[in-house]
Amino acid sequence: MFDLSGKTALVTGASGAIGGAIAKALHAQGATVGLHGTRKEALDALAAELGERVHVLPANLGDPAAVEQLAKDAEAALGSIDILVNNAGVTKDGLVLRMKDEDWATVLDVNLTAAFRLSRAAVKGQMKRRWGRIINITSVVGVTGNPGQVNYAASKAGMIGMSKALAQEVASRNITVNCIAPGFISSAMTDVLSDDQKAKLNGGIPAGRMGEAVEIAAAAVYLASTEAAYVTGQTLHVNGGMAMI
Amino acid sequence: MSDVAERVKKIVVEHLGVEESKVTENASFIDDLGADSLDTVELVMAFEEEFSVEIPDDAAEKILTVKDAIDFITKNS
Repeated sequence: MFDLSGKTALVTGASGAIGGAIAKALHAQGATVGLHGTRKEALDALAAELGERVHVLPANLGDPAAVEQLAKDAEAALGSIDILVNNAGVTKDGLVLRMKDEDWATVLDVNLTAAFRLSRAAVKGQMKRRWGRIINITSVVGVTGNPGQVNYAASKAGMIGMSKALAQEVASRNITVNCIAPGFISSAMTDVLSDDQKAKLNGGIPAGRMGEAVEIAAAAVYLASTEAAYVTGQTLHVNGGMAMI
Repeated sequence: MSDVAERVKKIVVEHLGVEESKVTENASFIDDLGADSLDTVELVMAFEEEFSVEIPDDAAEKILTVKDAIDFITKNS
C-alpha cells in the first residue's frame, strides 16, 4: 500500500522539521522528490542523506517571480509535479494592536499566496496527466484561532478554503486537494518555548505530548497515495486530540 | 483547409479524445463534443500555447465552436 514509485513530489519548506520529514517519507515510498527551502545547506544535507531521486530547489516564496521560477525549475528537474506539498510557512506573531502591515503581508504572501501560485502551476500538468495530489499543510490555529497570530491563523484558514474550492474544480481529473492540520509538533517553532510553556501546552493535549514530524509525514503519505483517491477537500487534523473538529 | 484550422482540430481531437470526423467547424465543444467547463479552459490554454497568442477571458467565453477558435486565432496571430 501507499507505493509512490514513479511519482514526483515537490515539498516546500523541506529544510524545516515537518517538511523534511514529509520529503523523507515520500522518498521512502519510492517518489522522486524536489526539496524546496531557503536554507540551501540544510537542503543539501537532506539530499545527501536521501541519495538518489532527489533535487534541491531553493527559492524565496515571498517573491512572486521566484515562485513561478520554482514551479518551472521543479518541472524541469522532476519532469512533472505529481504531488505538491505546500508546507513552507513563516510566523510573524504579535497582538493585533502592534502588528505591522508588513508582518501581515509577509505571512499571507509566503503561507497562502505562494501556495496558490504553486498549486496553479502544478494543476496545469496534473490535469493533462489526469492524476495529481496537492497537500496543503495548514494548522490547528487556522480552525481554532490563536491570540497573537491573526496573520498566521488567517493564512492557514485561507489554505483550507482554497483547498476546498480547488478540490471541486479539479476532482474530475483525478486530482485531490487536501489539508493536514498539525497541532503542536516538536520543531524549531516550538523549541523556543520554555519548559513551563511546554508543560502548559501538553496539559491541553489529551495525548499529553507534542506530536512528532513523522506523524505528519505519515498523513502526507496517505493523502499522496493512489489509495486516497476518494478523499478530497478534507482537512486531516493530526493533533493528539487537542481540537476535535 | 487552412493550416490554422488543421492545427485547431488536431488539438481538439487530442484533448477531448473525440473522432476527427466529429470535429466539424460548426461543432460546439460542449454540446457536440462532450467538453465540460474545465475542458474548455484547457483547450483555450492549449490554443494559446500552440499559436503563441493570448486569449483574454472575455474572448475565451465567446469561443464556443471550432470555427470560433479558428476565427479568433486567424485574426489575432
